Amino acid sequence: MTKAGTTLVAADAPAPAAPLPRRRGIELALIVVAVLLSVYGYCAVGLARSGTVPPGAAGYGAGLGVLALVAHLAVRLRAPCADPLLLPIGVLLNGIGLVLIYRLDLETPGDRAAPTQLVWSTLGVALFIVVVLLLRDHRVLQRYSYVCVVAALVLLTLPIFFPSVNGARIWIRVAGFSIQPGEFAKVLLAVFFAAYLAANRSALAYTGRRVLGIDRLQLPTGRVLGPIVAIWLLSVGVLVLERDLGTSLLFFGLFVVLLYVATGRTGWIAVGLLLAALGAVAVGELEPHVHGRVEDWQHPFASIEAGEGPNQLSQSLFAFAAGGLTGTGLGLGHSILIGFAAKSDFILATAGEELGLAGLSALFILYGLLVERGYRAGLALRDSFGRLLAVGLASIVALQVFVIAGGVTGLIPLTGMAMPFLAQGGSSVVTNWAIVALLIRVSDRARSRLGVPKGEESAAPTPQDKHMETAR
Amino acid sequence: MTRHIRHAAFFCALLLVALLVNATRIQLFEAPSYDDNIANRRTTIARYGQPRGDILVDGEPVTGSHDTGEHLRYERTYTNGPMYAPVTGFASQEYGTTLLEHAEDGVLAGTDPLLSPFALWNGVARDRYPGGDVVTTLRRAAQEAAYEGLAGRKGAVAAIEPSTGRVLALVSAPSYDPSALSGNGASVTRSWSSLNRDADKPILNRAVRKTYPPGSTFKVVTAAAALDAGVVEDLDDKTDSPDPYTLPGTRTSLTNESEGCENAPLRKAFEWSCNTVFARLGVQVGVDRMAATAGAFGFNDADLRIPFSVAESTFDTKVDKAQLALSSIGQYNTRATPLQMAMVAAAVANGGQVRSPYLVERTTREGGATVATAGSRPSRQAMRPSTARLMKEMMVDVVREGTGTNAWIPGATVGGKTGTAQHGLGNSGTPYAWFVSWAKGDRDLEPKVAVAVVVEDAAADRGEISGGGDAAPIARAVMEAVLKSPARKGG
Repeated sequence: MTKAGTTLVAADAPAPAAPLPRRRGIELALIVVAVLLSVYGYCAVGLARSGTVPPGAAGYGAGLGVLALVAHLAVRLRAPCADPLLLPIGVLLNGIGLVLIYRLDLETPGDRAAPTQLVWSTLGVALFIVVVLLLRDHRVLQRYSYVCVVAALVLLTLPIFFPSVNGARIWIRVAGFSIQPGEFAKVLLAVFFAAYLAANRSALAYTGRRVLGIDRLQLPTGRVLGPIVAIWLLSVGVLVLERDLGTSLLFFGLFVVLLYVATGRTGWIAVGLLLAALGAVAVGELEPHVHGRVEDWQHPFASIEAGEGPNQLSQSLFAFAAGGLTGTGLGLGHSILIGFAAKSDFILATAGEELGLAGLSALFILYGLLVERGYRAGLALRDSFGRLLAVGLASIVALQVFVIAGGVTGLIPLTGMAMPFLAQGGSSVVTNWAIVALLIRVSDRARSRLGVPKGEESAAPTPQDKHMETAR
Repeated sequence: MTRHIRHAAFFCALLLVALLVNATRIQLFEAPSYDDNIANRRTTIARYGQPRGDILVDGEPVTGSHDTGEHLRYERTYTNGPMYAPVTGFASQEYGTTLLEHAEDGVLAGTDPLLSPFALWNGVARDRYPGGDVVTTLRRAAQEAAYEGLAGRKGAVAAIEPSTGRVLALVSAPSYDPSALSGNGASVTRSWSSLNRDADKPILNRAVRKTYPPGSTFKVVTAAAALDAGVVEDLDDKTDSPDPYTLPGTRTSLTNESEGCENAPLRKAFEWSCNTVFARLGVQVGVDRMAATAGAFGFNDADLRIPFSVAESTFDTKVDKAQLALSSIGQYNTRATPLQMAMVAAAVANGGQVRSPYLVERTTREGGATVATAGSRPSRQAMRPSTARLMKEMMVDVVREGTGTNAWIPGATVGGKTGTAQHGLGNSGTPYAWFVSWAKGDRDLEPKVAVAVVVEDAAADRGEISGGGDAAPIARAVMEAVLKSPARKGG
């Protein structure tokens, strides 16, 4: 709906800028749809399970509605030009996540996660509002990039001092709450990477030693490359120690993508892939925990053939298969068979079983839309930091969705990770709201400057474009 | 930079496409094989998610479903479980299904595509249908008579309608309650192991799955073969047989339980069950023609299904003359299920024609609409009709004045043959008491029932075991029940 406004770039001299449509009304309408869809899902679960609308349906809908509405008002107030799709997608994914967790709670009466998740969602939206209200300009973050990286490293190291849970040492427990600091660290690290690469872009891209006397093979000087590689190695190393393979993969991917975008050197991708392959082989061979995951991925039904019954991955595949094209319907699947991580790592299996390929594809496309909107903001921005930040945040979502969804559907080896917004997990929900808040901020910047052309590289729509848009 | 952002965006789009393609692969193309994986409990859960259809006897269900509200939701219940167990089998969530519960599982569980009025659409939607019903050919009165007759003893009863092959009664004792195996709790596991430890093998269906030496009841087959082969032409001609009879090629001599068997005519020899006469007749008929007649009665057929499989009854075709002599009086390697011996009696009653026995009259959808009927069953000529007429005479004589008087029913024509089968090493085991018979009410046009009873009563004193004493009264009770209770139209 904003296609004409953002993709068409005027080649000629700038015309007087017409104000870009802000589309806050569309955002509000989409939010209402997202809340209604979630409430519908909640009712569908109740009707399927007990034949009645669940007693909390109204309260739940009101809660989610109020959260979404307050967030919308904050956007209206402080980011009036922001992309109108970002917030509704966040609300819808969070709402579907709450429905799925509520549905899985019905199978495990001793362990109710939905109320906690609602509290964390509230905190997440609160953080969203704080970011949107207080952070007037994303470029401010550039100043705090070293604070960010120190904070990220501290957060990453903290779990080492806490006992491991289910084989991974990624949680800290404080007063009954368990927090996964690695989740927050990824946003901080994205900010740092973006700031550092933006500041050292030209040095990275155009200076350095030639390797083998060939221009194309040019390594940046150690002084420029050193710090960032050190930090990256540090975070990945810590994560490997903590056995958080998914997050280390995510950081790795994020680093390679940002380095490529910042320097424009294809070589980084080759180096990245090479390192990733070496690292994967080394970790896969040496680490028994990871080695088991790789074995499971290659032979998902080995445990069945060995007479030990299906493992979680095969249960997950069974769940997807049971869903088929249209799914069994909310509340009518047998996700309980998946076992202990059904509400977190494997929540997508429930989506696949009960919503079918149709529902699963819709979810993937929602994530895809979120990522695309992030990239779009990055393309429209003019400052390197903002562009890299938008690309980094969008890539975090894309990589995370790919790693976890690919893992539970048997495309790649399984790594314990949270599906953004869907999975049970407070740290994850809060972090994802922070990501959406930052994307709102950069998209507001990107779209508002479309209306104010600067210099010769104006991206403002020409009168013809305006005309075309209204004609549609 | 813009170009590289676009590249990165393209990379993310590729990841999305990979996810979509893989999800399609799993959910559409791999799904059938995942659904069929034995470790996938969803099939089991879906299977028990709806009540199972019922098995009907005389129009009344002998099974039921109990909603437990648990994960595997509906459990099987049985009315008169032990009495009908040799027919129904069990449907256990833990141990699977047997007998009719197994053979008709598709209909009962609702998975049979025939149950759907729109088979094609349901194939696409992968829906389940409500479980259908299985209407049996059993007659409740006959089943009750047989079950009560065997009470407290080990043995089996099989009764069939000679003109059609309908199985009217099928009882095995001691029995068990299949309800004890429904569900999947600890009590089910306990019942299973105690039933399997039980030396009396209560789960064994003796009527169709156990073969016994048929003893003298096999003389019906031998006599029919001798008459068909022309070895004997007149029932009242003296047979040139010694008493005792020395088995050909050996110095073993065969004796009789009764007196006057030397040179006894076939009619008398049948009435008094003379071993010597029949052993020699078998040798005279020869192994080929004996085997052909036995085969025509249903022996050496491993493929019989009613619809669950019936153990193969055997007549050894690779024997020397001495072995043939013993085989012809139902010893040596000759073995038969009670159902097989009921088929022998039914063949005589039905003019020499053997009808394939069957237990399922028809299967219906939930509402009663017919899905499949038994249809026409193949029949075989076991002996010439003239031979059958002579056999009937001789069997009637057995009941009127021979060893089978205990089976006599006033107001009916009853034919029978007793048997006392030796078994075990050197015949050390307690002999099995046999009785095979058929009956025709005086107002009936044709015999209405043929029955075989075997009693393996280990507790009884060996001398008292005899087909006439132990088995014939049970057979009479079953025949009376069939003759007195009119058949319900359509089962």
